[in-house]
Amino acid sequence: MVEETPWQQALRYANRANPYPFYEELRKTPVARQPDGTYVVSTYQEIVALLHDPRVSSDVRKLPAPAPAEGPAEAEPITETVIVEPNIITQDPPEHDRDRRMMTPHFVGPPHSPHLISDLEPEIRRIVDDLLDNMQGKTRIDAVDEFAYPLPVTVICKILGVPLEDEPRFHSWIETALDALDFGPEAASEEIQSRLAGGRQAVKEFGEFAAELLDRYAQQPGPGMLSAMVNEDGPEGRMSKGVLVSNALLLIFAGHETTVNLIAHSVLTLLRHPDALEKLRRRPELIVPGVEELLRFESSVQFWHTRSALEDIDIAGTTIPKGAPIFLAYGSANRDPKRFANPDELDLERRDNQHLGFSQGIHFCFGAPLARLEVQVAVGEFLRRVENPRLVEDPPPYRHNQIFRGPRHVLVDIDGIRD
Amino acid sequence: MTVPATVAELVRQFRANGRIVIVGASLAGLRAAEALREEGFTGSLTIIGDEPYEPYDRPPLSKQVLKGWVPADHTTLPRLREVNAQWRLGVTATGLDRAAKQVRLADGEQIPYDRLLIATGTRARQWPNPDEAALDGVYTLRSRDDAAQLQKALAAPPSRVMVIGAGFIGSEVASVCRELDLPVTVVERGSAPLVGALGGVIGEIAAEMQRDHGVDLRCGLGVSSLEGDSGGHVRRAHLSDGTIIDADVVVASLGSIRNVEWLEGAGLASGFWGVGCDAGGRAFDINGVVTDSIYVAGDVARSPHVLYEYQFLAMEHWDNAVLGAEAAAHNMVNLEPHYRPHLLLPGFWSGQFGLNIKSVGVPPFGDEIVFTQGSVKERHFAAAYGRRGRIVAAVTFDHGKWLEYYGKLIEQSGPFPPPPPGWDQPPDMKPIPAEFPQPGVPTAIPDVVLTGHDPSERAAEFRPRRR
Ligand SMILES: Cc1cc2nc3c(=O)[nH]c(=O)nc-3n(C[C@H](O)[C@H](O)[C@H](O)COP(=O)(O)OP(=O)(O)OC[C@H]3O[C@@H](n4cnc5c(N)ncnc54)[C@H](O)[C@@H]3O)c2cc1C
Repeated sequence: MVEETPWQQALRYANRANPYPFYEELRKTPVARQPDGTYVVSTYQEIVALLHDPRVSSDVRKLPAPAPAEGPAEAEPITETVIVEPNIITQDPPEHDRDRRMMTPHFVGPPHSPHLISDLEPEIRRIVDDLLDNMQGKTRIDAVDEFAYPLPVTVICKILGVPLEDEPRFHSWIETALDALDFGPEAASEEIQSRLAGGRQAVKEFGEFAAELLDRYAQQPGPGMLSAMVNEDGPEGRMSKGVLVSNALLLIFAGHETTVNLIAHSVLTLLRHPDALEKLRRRPELIVPGVEELLRFESSVQFWHTRSALEDIDIAGTTIPKGAPIFLAYGSANRDPKRFANPDELDLERRDNQHLGFSQGIHFCFGAPLARLEVQVAVGEFLRRVENPRLVEDPPPYRHNQIFRGPRHVLVDIDGIRD
Repeated sequence: MTVPATVAELVRQFRANGRIVIVGASLAGLRAAEALREEGFTGSLTIIGDEPYEPYDRPPLSKQVLKGWVPADHTTLPRLREVNAQWRLGVTATGLDRAAKQVRLADGEQIPYDRLLIATGTRARQWPNPDEAALDGVYTLRSRDDAAQLQKALAAPPSRVMVIGAGFIGSEVASVCRELDLPVTVVERGSAPLVGALGGVIGEIAAEMQRDHGVDLRCGLGVSSLEGDSGGHVRRAHLSDGTIIDADVVVASLGSIRNVEWLEGAGLASGFWGVGCDAGGRAFDINGVVTDSIYVAGDVARSPHVLYEYQFLAMEHWDNAVLGAEAAAHNMVNLEPHYRPHLLLPGFWSGQFGLNIKSVGVPPFGDEIVFTQGSVKERHFAAAYGRRGRIVAAVTFDHGKWLEYYGKLIEQSGPFPPPPPGWDQPPDMKPIPAEFPQPGVPTAIPDVVLTGHDPSERAAEFRPRRR
């Protein structure tokens, strides 16, 4: 059997709980060609350079047909299963810039609606409080199912105007689609191959669901961002139906998936670092830098996979040839010792913490302001109200997907819930 | 004790008990003070500033403050750490005695120092006719007080505002006027707004942008005089082509003057372009010999830059003040070989007419420009400046996220024209002349200046002293 590259090892399910030793190995070759022709970039400086390089495309439609496989049989290009039409993540300028500009006023606001996100804070607090109230009387909780998951879902549904009753349906589509996504050596396995079809079907149904919802809003405007995007024309007009659906999927999906993992990982990480937990409890004002550090420590998006080189690009002594797919490994860059002193240490007061947890450049996370607020409130309140939390199982079971890496459950024994 | 051990002991002693004086209590002064403490300096620290205020931030003055969003007295700079200094605010430094190592204050006091940091920045160039400059309604914009007064005048509201000079500050003022729906006339002696900083090609785009937003823009003209009413309030401006414009608020944005007068006679390399220093912020004396105890940072400093043929650069930029101050502070409490250079790639941002203009590098160092990304028509674009096949600067209009890429190319002396982007290419990617004014053509003074000696100018006279 061919020896696996550090990247392939990092992506193995068995290593999901701790890919970091493999990342460390990977960083020895900042730009590492994989057997399938993908170039994995794992060091901070190089990733930042590529995020700002206009010769790099994010549009999967510009990827050439995959080169004949050298290694084990290749899975079908996964991107096909998730991409309906391009959304802002899978577009290049000028379309990307225009579509993002069209979406911005309905979301993050400034300069259009600077208070949109901060005005949500009371609502977020109320949801968090309710979730914690519901744990009253319990001695064991699942910090994922009972806490990390319900918050972002409720919030994103409200912002977008997606009926919360539909949540179980799209939850299962998302789970199915995510479980079918694999970028590691296991992608070729029968199991993943058979999941692929299910994943494709889930995305299709999810897309139909979003299209119907948008249709309904077109006929009868309602609350939330989706209705606004269907009905309000900015100076640059309106998105086509297909692009609208695709962006709606992106928002529903990214709006909670990443935040779920971030909250779950934050709880997990703090329980593993009692000193940090104690410090944060004593000094709640550290929550802002603290969340940035948690985001660096366990990047919510471990890597991103839709970029490619439109020209030969010389970087770190390697030439990424024109047409090659490029994976940017944020999770590894955030532990790059050349950028972060003692990167494997959790330091809630870390200075100059320009992590890549939300990426950089024009594709910088659209939802970052919202995610930050949600995690700050959730983690802050969890620490304040949950009495004597103890991790039951370490490491906890992980979800299959590598990009949106996160624990499936985090069981915590508690003494009670404070008021 | 060995020599190195003695030196190490001296450094330790100095850090513990030395006396450092900073003149200029603004961005560079404050950040230097913080950096000194961060570096472990526990000796005495005195900060002298002629303004009565705690250090405050200037960029908001021409933006949020003028619009009335933020009161002028809410611009105090955040403190990054305790500096534990003696603050001497509201008192001007009037002289420097290098032999006695003392700074002279306007109130007659002498403040002794072991090390001195000069961070006196620049001031606004006033309207040259003093009687006209003294009319009510005539403003410049540099300080918090200036901004407060001008904001009040704009809120009045005036019937028309006249802006003289279309550099960054003049253009920002014009933009604010339009946002407040005030009629505004901008008079610029050069061929277009921003032409000194960004050249004629970009200037033309800026001109169109101003006109689209309803600015009455007049280029290639000067204001020859201002006229007031019997009450001493400005009423109209006479332009060099004979036109008369009625205006009751006039903003002179004529560039800046470096605050170096107090250094007269100190024997430092100070003058029109600021105080010359090495890349580590150590001031040069008048013979070009580096001093050991005097440092310079911020708008008033000028130092040679390796990327620009070692020409002396003066940069009136926020980043430069912060990073220059940090480097100078580090060097003040260290010795060779632990000196650190301040070799910032200059960078500037400006907000006007609803968009964000950013530049990196030194555009006037280039002679050609090429549009590399986006669309000029929609005013979302990036362009690169080149000189002899090398990229030396870049500018973006609402495309700032790409600046990092151009910055890297500039640092590496990348090729010009730069490699084409993979998408969103402008239709015409041919380099064209960037159209910077010839030296000597008056325009608003740019905020990054190459102050290197121009041999054809023969302005400097070399008279070595004979023994
Ligand atoms: C309206 C405005 C808008 C700006 N916008 C931007 C922008 O968008 N982006 C950007 O990059 N930069 C901008 N700048 C430039 C930026 O503010 C300056 O680069 C920065 O303030 C320089 O800091 P400094 O400490 O070197 O000098 P200054 O801020 O000028 O401070 C010098 C201080 O020293 C004092 N002083 C002078 N002489 C003496 C003396 N003899 N004794 C005692 N005290 C003395 C002065 O009164 C002053 O307080 C703007 C500037 C202005 C005025």
